[in-house]
Amino acid sequence: MPTIRLDSLVKRYGDVEVLHGIDLEMADNEFTVLVGPSGCGKSTTLRMIAGLEDVSDGEIFVNDNPVSHLEPKERDLAMVFQDYALYPHMNVAQNISFALRLARRPKAEIDAKVKEVADMVGLTEFLARKPGALSGGQRQRVAMARALAKDSGIFLFDEPLSNLDAKLRGQMRAELAMMSQRVEKNMIYVTHDQIEAMTLADRIVVMHGGYIQQQGTPEELFKRPVNKFVAGFMGMPPMNFLDGEFVERDGEIFVSGQGFDVRLEGEVARKASSHGNKAVTLGVRPSDLSFDGAAEPARSLTLDVLVSEYVGAQSVLLCKCGAAQVMVEINSETPVALGQTLIFAVNSGGIHLFDRASEVAL
Amino acid sequence: MRTAMANRLTPYLFMAPAAIIMALALMYPLGYMIWGSFREWNPSQTIGEAEFVGLKNYIFLWNDPNFHESLGVTLKFAFFVVTIEMVIGVGLALLLDRDIRGMSFLRTMFILPMMIAPVVVGLMWRYMYHPTVGTFNRTLDGLGIPTVDWLGQYALMSVIIADIWQWTPFIFILALAALQSLPRSALEAARIDGATPWQQIIHIKLPLMMPVLIVTALLRLIDAFKVLEVILVMTEGGPGLSTEILALRISRTATEFRELGVAAAMSNYLLILLLLLTVGMFAFNRWQEARAAKLHAQVEEEA
Repeated sequence: MPTIRLDSLVKRYGDVEVLHGIDLEMADNEFTVLVGPSGCGKSTTLRMIAGLEDVSDGEIFVNDNPVSHLEPKERDLAMVFQDYALYPHMNVAQNISFALRLARRPKAEIDAKVKEVADMVGLTEFLARKPGALSGGQRQRVAMARALAKDSGIFLFDEPLSNLDAKLRGQMRAELAMMSQRVEKNMIYVTHDQIEAMTLADRIVVMHGGYIQQQGTPEELFKRPVNKFVAGFMGMPPMNFLDGEFVERDGEIFVSGQGFDVRLEGEVARKASSHGNKAVTLGVRPSDLSFDGAAEPARSLTLDVLVSEYVGAQSVLLCKCGAAQVMVEINSETPVALGQTLIFAVNSGGIHLFDRASEVAL
Repeated sequence: MRTAMANRLTPYLFMAPAAIIMALALMYPLGYMIWGSFREWNPSQTIGEAEFVGLKNYIFLWNDPNFHESLGVTLKFAFFVVTIEMVIGVGLALLLDRDIRGMSFLRTMFILPMMIAPVVVGLMWRYMYHPTVGTFNRTLDGLGIPTVDWLGQYALMSVIIADIWQWTPFIFILALAALQSLPRSALEAARIDGATPWQQIIHIKLPLMMPVLIVTALLRLIDAFKVLEVILVMTEGGPGLSTEILALRISRTATEFRELGVAAAMSNYLLILLLLLTVGMFAFNRWQEARAAKLHAQVEEEA
């Protein structure tokens, strides 16, 4: 399969630079997800790879050949769009076979291919329908089938699931994950939904403000975010942030702020003591807090419970710690009453520290 | 009881002025014309004095070679005008559907002819077509090319050119609007699927524009059947009957030949023709809506 490499890719609209030198190398047969909030440049990056947007500066390499001057059709890629982008006047079979018909492939080959991919995505009985007579999920499948029929080495997805309702989105996400294991292609997938990114990706690239913030496996990004943005973006409910200072007491180092005073241990303490700047932000994931009235005060947070959101087996508590809000994920069976002040232990390894000025992880 | 009655009547009361004006301004003249078309009617008579002759006027016209000639000229004019305007208008729209500096100025320029009063257009073209001092022949002469007898030998072609000049913009703006409302992502998908610009036009743009284009063509066709002023000013129907379109013949029958009954009957023939076209247009719209509704129902049912 063709490998893709981006070399300091820049996009400018007039005087406004929206992408500031993106460097990215995608391994063979890898499912890469570009994720970030809207306006972060992820879609623009994808559309530049597709050839739908001009490259202002830098270069895109496919198999080490520069392609930024090529038309989309010369780049050996297929794309699935957010609004499916089906041809409304063609039926499903004609939609799927459009690229093959343009390439003047023999009819028998086209028919066989249409049958094969329609079978793969479960559309065989709808081949004669026009897109207008299909549901959202079926249209999504047609878009997928059309991309599959092209037999390109590179597969681009531009937020393909965001127009579907929540239940269908989950189902299509699972189907996509299965499909990506079956077909050997280099896939680049753009989404703003970090759950899609976590579940589908071999590698996640987090983008923000036209820069790549961090790239790595879902686990790396979740466990070792390089900065406050990535830490807050990956994971649901998001990580809690508490502003504090380093304080040394009895030869030990504490991070201390309004309503909390937590002792640092091991690796984290070593990093903290070698860090020059005292002003930091303490990050703790909601899942790294557990209800434990007997917890050691220096390894726990004391929180006022404001609201409890019941979501089934788990509940999310919205609490107050000083002036800041803190979310806690607990087992719904835990007896917690609103208005109580409770002690939550911080799991070992659950402490993240960020420099408050630069927001970079220690 | 009283209030309920009053409440029911109120809407009719509000609609009454419009209904009365419609009846007076539209239905009365129309009825008058239909009534008159069954009579041997001279302008010096009141309609009551005119002799009732049944379908005589219609039968006369059915066999009248001059009427056939006029009808033929009208059909020829409408066919060429609409066909050529469609090709040029849609072609221009396809060419100008892009973002280039100054494009909005250019688009405004293109629709200027449509805003000029038809009589003025007729006069302007008559001067430009003038055999000796007109713009065209002076230019041809200056270039050493033999001049053309525009409004003499090629009268029909000349009035067709003038009409194309005036009405192509109408098709251009509608086609451009249709183009700009096309789903952008479908066109992008086509580019990725490997369609050349030409293939995008043939396989994606034109088929998707078709509903708008069909309605546009029908509207233009209806208009072309009724054209009068430009031709009246340019040629007055001549030379001979070569540019005498129906509207012109109707007016001459009434004023020069003083046969109001025959003129009315001719108007009714034209009206029937236009009604057929209009009904055709509505039927097409209905068919489109019904098809969309059916598709929608099918999806709902499965959901």
